[in-house]
Amino acid sequence: MVYEIINQNDLCKYYDLNLNPGVNQRVTVRPDKFSFLDDKVISQRLITFKDEQQTHVTFYLPQIHCSSCLYLLENLYKFDEGIISSKVNFTRKEVEIVYLNSLTSLRKTAELLTSIGYEPYISLNDLKEKRPPIDKSMIYRLGVAGFCFGNIMLMSFPEYLGIDVSEVGLRAIFRWANFMLAIPVLLYSAMPFYESAVKSLKRKFLNIDAPIAVAIIITFIRSAYEVLWARGGGYFDSMTGIVFFMLAGRILQDKTYRQLSFERDYTSYFPIAVSVVKENKEIPTMLPDLKMGDTLLIHNEELIPVDGILTRGKAFIDYSFVTGESLPVPKGVGEIVYAGGKQTGAGIELLVIKEVTNSYLTKLWSRDEVRQTGQKKSSSFVDGLARHFSYILFSLVIITAVYWWLNDTSKIWAAVTAMLIIACPCALLLSNTFTNGNVLRILGRNHFYLRNAQVIESIASSDHIVFDKTGTLTSAREYDISYKGRTLSSKQEKQIVSLAACSSHPLSRALASNVGKDAKLTVTSFREIAGQGIEGFVNNVLVRLGSYEFVTGGRQVATGTVIYVGFDNILWGMYNFKNHYRRSVPLLFTRLKHTYKLSVISGDNNSEAEALRKIAGAGVDIQFRQRPEDKLRYICSLQKTGSRVMMIGDGLNDAGALKQSDAGIAVADETNSFTPASDAIIDAGQLSKLDRFIYLCKANKKIVIASFILSVLYNLIGLFFAVQGTLSPLIAAILMPSSSLSILLITFGCSNLIARSLKL
Amino acid sequence: MSVIIILLIASIAVAGIFLGAFLWSVKSGQFEDDYSPASRILFDDGPSPPIDPGSKKQTPICK
Repeated sequence: MVYEIINQNDLCKYYDLNLNPGVNQRVTVRPDKFSFLDDKVISQRLITFKDEQQTHVTFYLPQIHCSSCLYLLENLYKFDEGIISSKVNFTRKEVEIVYLNSLTSLRKTAELLTSIGYEPYISLNDLKEKRPPIDKSMIYRLGVAGFCFGNIMLMSFPEYLGIDVSEVGLRAIFRWANFMLAIPVLLYSAMPFYESAVKSLKRKFLNIDAPIAVAIIITFIRSAYEVLWARGGGYFDSMTGIVFFMLAGRILQDKTYRQLSFERDYTSYFPIAVSVVKENKEIPTMLPDLKMGDTLLIHNEELIPVDGILTRGKAFIDYSFVTGESLPVPKGVGEIVYAGGKQTGAGIELLVIKEVTNSYLTKLWSRDEVRQTGQKKSSSFVDGLARHFSYILFSLVIITAVYWWLNDTSKIWAAVTAMLIIACPCALLLSNTFTNGNVLRILGRNHFYLRNAQVIESIASSDHIVFDKTGTLTSAREYDISYKGRTLSSKQEKQIVSLAACSSHPLSRALASNVGKDAKLTVTSFREIAGQGIEGFVNNVLVRLGSYEFVTGGRQVATGTVIYVGFDNILWGMYNFKNHYRRSVPLLFTRLKHTYKLSVISGDNNSEAEALRKIAGAGVDIQFRQRPEDKLRYICSLQKTGSRVMMIGDGLNDAGALKQSDAGIAVADETNSFTPASDAIIDAGQLSKLDRFIYLCKANKKIVIASFILSVLYNLIGLFFAVQGTLSPLIAAILMPSSSLSILLITFGCSNLIARSLKL
Repeated sequence: MSVIIILLIASIAVAGIFLGAFLWSVKSGQFEDDYSPASRILFDDGPSPPIDPGSKKQTPICK
């Protein structure tokens, strides 16, 4: 912990002052950590250049953040003789190292970097698809367009400022200069628009680039006609202006989008914690903190977050999340177990062999939704409008052209081009994408991770919230446990703990950690029956933990949350759990009650009814003794009455209910209980902010609509003037990207403002 | 006034050179990283090794 603080805050200066050899303040690197880099095939993928003497390699170091890091890394040659040079690319957080093959190796370089605190992030998953080089061709095109545009503007001064009509020769020279300058723009800079328009034409519909491409070509042809037949000066300034401003807008759009998706893939938070075994203790660790070589303990029904080698236990992996096939695959000790699977059975231990990639898990999650529902959810009406936009526009243009042709032919020209230019549907598409992206980012920062942008809509439109009790409203970590019954021998306690450790149910985990014995005896034939209990053979004794019915077969009205324990079919005693409700729950309920109907469903018996009623307050529907099927049925019944249900559970025995609800949110409390049936994951500590999150999602829709209306207004006003022929195409060319820019500012600005006012 | 043609050609030529310079600099990756070159010039090299009075390499410029 302390080390991390030093690491993140003072690392740079700390190590700076100790560049002198002899004072060893470095991180000790586990000796085998980078042994995989000795392998030729793997190192091939990382190396950018190699000959007999030198090797060039580029490492991605996410810890780079200040100029001291820059200083330290560029002085790498002082640490190791084998390193000739190192160059940092700060924006991409990469360092390119050149080293001598004879004196050092790829592995030693990686170890050196780790020892000074800059562990390279080597993800073999990413290496399979080389990171695409930044597309510079757009920038070239922009440069050419800007050059031509500026010079054409200059050359147009004489024409605009009233060159003497008698100076025919000079006037012609300027016009021809403009003509020449416009050609590279037409043929080179405007290419992306033509390609896009043609591509969409092939698919039999018109996208938003079609009007622009048409506008450019029409303007050029008209201007060329005027110059060649000496009828006028042409409109080359408008034409090149369109191209220049549109390209600038497009580049800005791409950059923003790339930034958003980068953040989502690499820095977003997938709030799963896995148990890491360190010195015989289980420490829950968050995904980003998992390191290669860690030993993970995966319990029953837990997700395997990263590729690993099975080192202990019998694995039956359910890969339905990855392949759709739910028949568990058995794996033996020493075999590789791939990420995305779910363990069904007793606990297993895995040795991590690869880095965790959040993006892989996110991809699986999104894909799973498509597989489950069979098709993408219907796109919003904004998409529908965008598609028809071009048709509407072209018909308007034709009507206007005909009108002016009949009345005043001099205006056709200006009207048509201005209309084609000013009508910009880009704002319609932009506002949706950017607002959603920004909201996802803000929520992710607050440890509320949504599967995709559609979930924002589902959350915003829900009107009935259903809470699961155990694990959601109660804190899985704080339980008062007391035992009543026949005395348990130490051996029996060990058996109980070993059995309980196999399950990830909050009561089992609480039992395992509170009973106090650490021993891990092997459990065979482990079975967990959701809502009932767990059983298994430990030291050839059948141990059962669960409800009275499960352990003894008889019925009993229990008081309180009780786990009965039985050995070899003989009831031995019971553990009494006193629920600890999360402190934030009563307040949350009061706040939510104003706008939502609330329910609490629980698999427990109703001994807790009074306590729960006090916490939830009046007007909340509380259901007890709900088995997983009952929970599902409850959600269905609510939906039949027309409610849109948001369900919040821990994903263990309410997976079906989570999937059925319109928005299913899983609560993660230092657990690894990820369920793909959920639409969002929220960190337990953030549950008190639920009402604010919902508010932000609702605001999202309002912002999109507001910017949509604004862009429609833009279009209407612009078209109003364009139709009359009073709008110069050049002004239109400037107004268009500025409208896109203003939409961008509004969407980002509003969502950030609202988030800040909510204190998110 | 027709001398303006020469001015035209000259100015477009100069502007063209600048365009070429822009394209070349983008191509050679000068705009990829806008932070490090600024910091790089501020690095100090370590103290230079002491001048050995008996060495033949260094001769003082002025006595």
